[in-house]
Amino acid sequence: MAGHGRGPVRRRLRRLPWLWSAVAGMAVAWPAWVGSELPAPAPSPPRSGYEFARPETQAIQDDEFANPGLFWAERGAELWDSPDGVDGQSCSSCHGAADALAGVAPTYPKIDLASGLLINLEQRINACRTRHMGIGPYPLESDPLLSLSVYVTQQSAGQPLQVQIDGPAQPWFERGRSLYAERVGQMNVACTQCHDQRVGHLLRAERISQGQINGFPAYLLRWGTVSSVHRRFQFCNEQARAEPLPIGSDDYNALQLYVAWRGTGLAVEAPAVRR
Amino acid sequence: MVLAVLVLSAASLSATRSDTADSEPVAIYQIVNDSIPKPLDGLAGDPARGRAIVAGRAGNCLACHHAPIPEEPFHGDLGPPLEGIGDRATAGALRLRLVAPRTLNPDTVMPAFHQVDGLRRVAPQHRGRPLLTAQEVEDVIAYLLTLRADGR
Ligand code: HEC
Ligand code: HEC
Ligand code: HEC
Repeated sequence: MAGHGRGPVRRRLRRLPWLWSAVAGMAVAWPAWVGSELPAPAPSPPRSGYEFARPETQAIQDDEFANPGLFWAERGAELWDSPDGVDGQSCSSCHGAADALAGVAPTYPKIDLASGLLINLEQRINACRTRHMGIGPYPLESDPLLSLSVYVTQQSAGQPLQVQIDGPAQPWFERGRSLYAERVGQMNVACTQCHDQRVGHLLRAERISQGQINGFPAYLLRWGTVSSVHRRFQFCNEQARAEPLPIGSDDYNALQLYVAWRGTGLAVEAPAVRR
Repeated sequence: MVLAVLVLSAASLSATRSDTADSEPVAIYQIVNDSIPKPLDGLAGDPARGRAIVAGRAGNCLACHHAPIPEEPFHGDLGPPLEGIGDRATAGALRLRLVAPRTLNPDTVMPAFHQVDGLRRVAPQHRGRPLLTAQEVEDVIAYLLTLRADGR
């Protein structure tokens, strides 16, 4: 059943089959906009959330002593060299210095050749732990996983977002694009309505940005912790009173691919600070 | 614009409302010329309660609108300021705006405050419940009508 705005009557009609069939005969055509917005082109130019943040927030990000996200980067650096695998392997045993992974983070999410699935950077790190190190994955959104993710992302600071959306990634991209335009939740809003159509406006105290992810994983002042892209998506869903999708889900990866593509060329900020 | 379905159903269905009132969270309404002329469920609104709804989390109107509610520090600007709305709009027009804003603007970000159907992925704790009850909608309207350019 396509979503439409005249719920009360429709509910009532379902209870009264005779009337329903009479009405059905009237062939009421709901217009094409029902349920989702038209896909918007990528914003041009793309602008980082940094540009929309308050000066106090920008100052925290810019200060290499005050930026709390740097604790996660430091912890990530320690983990990078910590023996943890079955043979006492660490990330560095195979990858050497972390800057060998410079340029990697802005290409995620990416198709994983082994599984054929689209995975994000956190899932890629976990794949190394399970496939190459013989130990289990870190729980998603856990401190060590986000620390490594921040650290690996930091190796690409300043580099442009550049995801692949063709070939096997293409169906994922299309799925992400439609999720981005789909109205959800009790508030019945789509990402594009805020992050394309109302950029620069104030929602209560918050200036709406383009919803870019070049700063993620980012330190969120409101939670006092680093948040993955998926956790941020959940928050926007929750505020629309929509059921959030699981962190690490295919749908959020598809959405992340689309959102990353919208920001093609934006420089990686690692770690960014947001409200 | 008069929606044929709504006119037909409102006339035919009002008699059935009472037997399912408990399970039915939304009132039946009729749209006539960009307006819902009759109060939802025939209820009278209370402006003081309406002000509290507009200012608080229940209505969350200040997320998107400015209103003469100085004790709340942050007012959004996605929608027009509500100052003086009582001069510009009738009760019926306000009712339509709150109940079915997409009939006025299909692309609106303003939520339908008295709708439960036709929504996707509503969080379980909010499912089957409108943002505002019929009484709350009427309260908000009563408050909005007090917002006049002269004495507000
Ligand atoms: C009702 C408006 C609204 C909707 C709908 C919405 N968001 Fe947001 N979003 C915000 C606000 C407000 C913020 C915080 C300020 C900012 O950075 O834009 C935000 C922040 C974000 C950020 C963080 C940006 C940064 O630089 O820190 C991302 C990413 C994001 N949103 C993605 C999404 C996605 C994806 C969707 C759809 C699932 C979505 N949003 C739906 C209002 C919205
Ligand atoms: C036993 C060797 C080994 C260890 C240990 C290892 N990796 Fe890997 N990693 C690989 C190989 C091989 C690849 C290439 C893809 C593949 O074949 O899985 C890879 C790929 C990656 C990639 C993706 C690179 C790209 O270009 O997309 C990242 C990110 C990564 N590893 C991070 C880590 C982190 C973080 C750790 C420590 C938790 C780690 N790896 C530990 C072998 C290892
Ligand atoms: C998510 C944002 C949002 C919320 C929340 C919201 N509105 Fe709106 N509202 C708008 C927008 C945007 C418009 C402008 C018309 C349009 O785009 O549909 C609007 C228009 C209006 C209008 C018509 C104003 C005029 O000058 O014609 C009224 C009245 C109104 N809203 C009242 C309310 C009330 C009362 C609430 C709370 C119960 C509320 N709105 C909540 C976004 C919102």
